[in-house]
Amino acid sequence: MNDKIKAKVLDKEGIERIVKRIAHEIAEQNKGLKEVAVVGIKTRGAFLAERISDELRVIEGAEIPVGALDITLYRDDLTEIAEQPVVHGTEIEFDMNGKTIVLVDDVLFTGRTVRCALDELVDFGRPAGIQLAVLIDRGHRELPIRPDYTGKNIPTTRTESVEVRLKQTDGVEEVVVFEGTENDSGTQV
Amino acid sequence: MKKNIEWTKRHLLGIEDLDRDEIVTMLDQAEGFKEILKRPIPKVPALRGRTIVTLFCEPSTRTRISFELAAKRLSADTVNITASSSSFLKGETLKDTVRNIEAMQIDMVIIRHSCAGAPLFLSRCVEASVVNAGDGAHEHPTQALLDIFTIREKLGKIKGLNVCIVGDIAHSRVARSNIHALTKLGAKVTVCGPKTMMPVDIEKTGVTVTYDIKEALKKAEVLNVLRIQAERQNQLLFPGTREYIRGFGITKAKLKKYAEKDILILHPGPINRGVELSQDVADGEYSVILDQVTNGVAVRMAVLFLLSKRRKQ
Repeated sequence: MNDKIKAKVLDKEGIERIVKRIAHEIAEQNKGLKEVAVVGIKTRGAFLAERISDELRVIEGAEIPVGALDITLYRDDLTEIAEQPVVHGTEIEFDMNGKTIVLVDDVLFTGRTVRCALDELVDFGRPAGIQLAVLIDRGHRELPIRPDYTGKNIPTTRTESVEVRLKQTDGVEEVVVFEGTENDSGTQV
Repeated sequence: MKKNIEWTKRHLLGIEDLDRDEIVTMLDQAEGFKEILKRPIPKVPALRGRTIVTLFCEPSTRTRISFELAAKRLSADTVNITASSSSFLKGETLKDTVRNIEAMQIDMVIIRHSCAGAPLFLSRCVEASVVNAGDGAHEHPTQALLDIFTIREKLGKIKGLNVCIVGDIAHSRVARSNIHALTKLGAKVTVCGPKTMMPVDIEKTGVTVTYDIKEALKKAEVLNVLRIQAERQNQLLFPGTREYIRGFGITKAKLKKYAEKDILILHPGPINRGVELSQDVADGEYSVILDQVTNGVAVRMAVLFLLSKRRKQ
């Protein structure tokens, strides 16, 4: 798969600072956070969503509903990917109607994952609005999608890959850019 | 974290062909799909554009509707064919029928047939994926998967559980598929029924045989009660219904008297109420018969999804 680490772009403190900043931006943008809910895209987006919701609780003292989306069944490349995707299940326990949803993912790349997530979200109800927060924006969009809250812009080539590692899934907290090989590109949504 | 294995099979013909990991993958997938059924819009676009044919040459309510719903929840298009309203009556062979349907660009055939081996035969002469929805007294794989899914959901495990299958073991495809699945997942399986309904050499599949319901109930934690299938018996295998009820019918009184633990009660349906299960047991607190039906849709969604992954090039 990926061969060489090109750079470590964020460490534990860096991720923490960004999560805090994004939470403040969300609070500023949606004054009072009355009808705001945070929904993360599984797997890592869901953990980031929980962290953002925790920060929002600290900032505004309000309980912010959190959800997690599994977008596997909405992917547009189900017939192309080689490995067997496992359906983990979506967890949205609150009523989405009339809420402003902040969608959270770790890396924004082609925008196709976000497209899937948008399709899935509207199947749960009619939110008042949907905003997008990402930890890393690495460019190369294939769809007209842009984030409302960006942690860090990292210019990459198409063949490189960006990995966000969180303690819940990987045991460490860091963001790493890998140098890609020629045949290793474009398969990721 | 759930295990991620590469799924390579195109057909689901029986549990006998699956290994432990494949069974567990199907159950894990089904858990994800169960959540979809509770959504405001219980539908996902995963199989959009796929066409699935259900070909039922034997009567069925639950299984056919369950498969059809599963396909529709995944956004596949479904076409239903029943033997009584198709060209079978004009003498067209099974192979010809399916090859003709296949010429209309279908992706999957779900077949129920009274002949054991019909799905296997079909899988060899068509390009589409074939799913066995019950073939004679051979296998009924999705029933076994949903039974095990329900047991795992209620009791949290399969390994080491004492599971007893009661009834007409010899004529039951549900029993056969369940025995394969349960033994592969490490359950201790006991089969219980009249001697006339016990297949020869059934012990070789790794089960314990008993002809005494008292003994069967004593250790059991799960009871899968089979339907007495009058339509599959050429000769009467027990003297009368009352004898069967006395010997093997599951009643509250028997459970109270002989069972050491609370027993989870499963039944594949349709129930002959008052024969293999008494009313109070069928509707009792340990009966999970309706959960089985709900889970059936989730399990079949998982099956359709996994098999559809391999689209013909």
